[in-house]
Amino acid sequence: MTSPRAGIVSAPDVWRVREDFPALQQTVHGHPLVYLDNAATAQKPQVVLDALMQFYTRDCANVHRGVHLLSERSTAAYEDARETVRRFLNAAGADEIVFTRGATESINLVAQTCGRANLQAGDEVLITGLEHHSNIVPWQMLAAEKGAFLRVAPIDDRGEIVLEEFEKLLGPRTKMVALAHVSNALGTINPVRQMIEMAHGVGAAVLIDGAQAAPHLKVDVRDLDCDFYAFSGHKVFGPTGIGVLYGKARLLDAMPPWQGGGDMIRSVTFEKTTYNDPPYKFEAGTPHIAGAIGLAAALEYVTGIGLEQIAAWEHDLLLYGTQALAQVPGLRLIGTAREKAAVLSFVLEGVHAHDVSTILDRQGIAIRAGHHCAQPVMERFGVPATSRASLAFYNTRQEIDALVQGLGKVKEIFE
Amino acid sequence: MSTELRDLYQQVIVDHSKRPRNQHPLEGANRKVEGYNPLCGDKITMYLKIEDGVIADISFEGSGCAISTASASLLTESLKGKTLEGAEALFESFHNLVTGLEPAGEAPKLGKLAVFSGVCDYPTRIKCATLAWHTLHAALSSEGEKVSTE
Repeated sequence: MTSPRAGIVSAPDVWRVREDFPALQQTVHGHPLVYLDNAATAQKPQVVLDALMQFYTRDCANVHRGVHLLSERSTAAYEDARETVRRFLNAAGADEIVFTRGATESINLVAQTCGRANLQAGDEVLITGLEHHSNIVPWQMLAAEKGAFLRVAPIDDRGEIVLEEFEKLLGPRTKMVALAHVSNALGTINPVRQMIEMAHGVGAAVLIDGAQAAPHLKVDVRDLDCDFYAFSGHKVFGPTGIGVLYGKARLLDAMPPWQGGGDMIRSVTFEKTTYNDPPYKFEAGTPHIAGAIGLAAALEYVTGIGLEQIAAWEHDLLLYGTQALAQVPGLRLIGTAREKAAVLSFVLEGVHAHDVSTILDRQGIAIRAGHHCAQPVMERFGVPATSRASLAFYNTRQEIDALVQGLGKVKEIFE
Repeated sequence: MSTELRDLYQQVIVDHSKRPRNQHPLEGANRKVEGYNPLCGDKITMYLKIEDGVIADISFEGSGCAISTASASLLTESLKGKTLEGAEALFESFHNLVTGLEPAGEAPKLGKLAVFSGVCDYPTRIKCATLAWHTLHAALSSEGEKVSTE
């Protein structure tokens, strides 16, 4: 499955790219859909839907089991998908790629295996003030279980991590560092490479939550030198219910297994079970085969467009959107980091985010309203909720214009 | 302006959301209960002063979206002087109205609360309209945390 197109995404090309996405062709409440909720989940290109259809109509069989043809095909497609993910992340080996349900499960897996095995009472896990709940709660649970401490590096008024504070919080007791590559609520792109180096300086293992980065930036786990990297398939234009955990081979080898069951074992007797090697050690039970295959199709699709081109186009949209929203009276952008992904989080004076969202929805514009599963971030900025427009490479300047126009209607209702 | 949006954001609702009535702590309250909608993070505290089975006074604190704020404001206006049974009956009618079980025209006893008739066309917003009412219900039932008047 190769991408239908390669080359530069310039403004006119976007209209062609959009044709690959059936969901973008619909109208909502009588208006053409303007989908600006990509940080929650992204729409799927036809090649992903085709890959799912092909699996279920032709190749459906369990993996690593049967000797019949369909099982051979499904096993080959599933393992090819793993290799596609390896290439996407530039991991050293496909055995470093574990399929999970999503970024959340990937983080929990690391907390419950690597974390549980290595953390002792009094040890510390360091996170940052802009994490999604999925990169807070698993560590909180682990810390409570172990009598360890959760430390939080603060963010400043722009929504950037204060690096000096982060560095100060690193110490001999820091065993794990877990941080977002890109903030879901604010769009901040963190200097993870530098932060990983700092954390390694004190011997801590580092997990990067890449859920918001994988769809927008070129990720190279070897260049970053992270120990773990987690992302979700559905945010990178793949199916829901599939995700990835990258882990360095020597760490995955040393980690105890997580869930027990089929596929993660080499041999079982009632007295003793020998575990399989990574990544299978962490993939108990029948995996989401179709999901992995669909994810591979999605990764090939975005790679075909080019992550650099995607990042450049989205940056253009971000600048355009930032300027356009600045013209809206009473609007305040939350999150103004210098390095930022195409997320426009804002509050409108005197109007709650949910009302903004409802009024926009009736004009066909889908945004997210609420705390974005990042309540500490909302607290940091003293707002109960924000409205968030999060962009993807298939979005256009015209859609940002529609958003601005839509906000005019909000004003009209509440003036 | 789309008339459909005006069905939800009727003038009375916009007015009450901007200038909520009875939004303050209540001196002499003998019931106080907090309500929380984890979905949107809206928090509300209802204060009640109940005398001889009658709501002698009522107020609320907290802020949320226009629908939830206006609902709390109009609730306090509608319930002052009502018996506890009357309040529960009104809750039921209101609930039926916003969930679409009872057409607005058939609920004359709702009075001003009929402005929420548009909510039933916005399923994601029903919880906004009912947060204050569920909180009130908790306050009236034994779940209510009683405020000491000593």
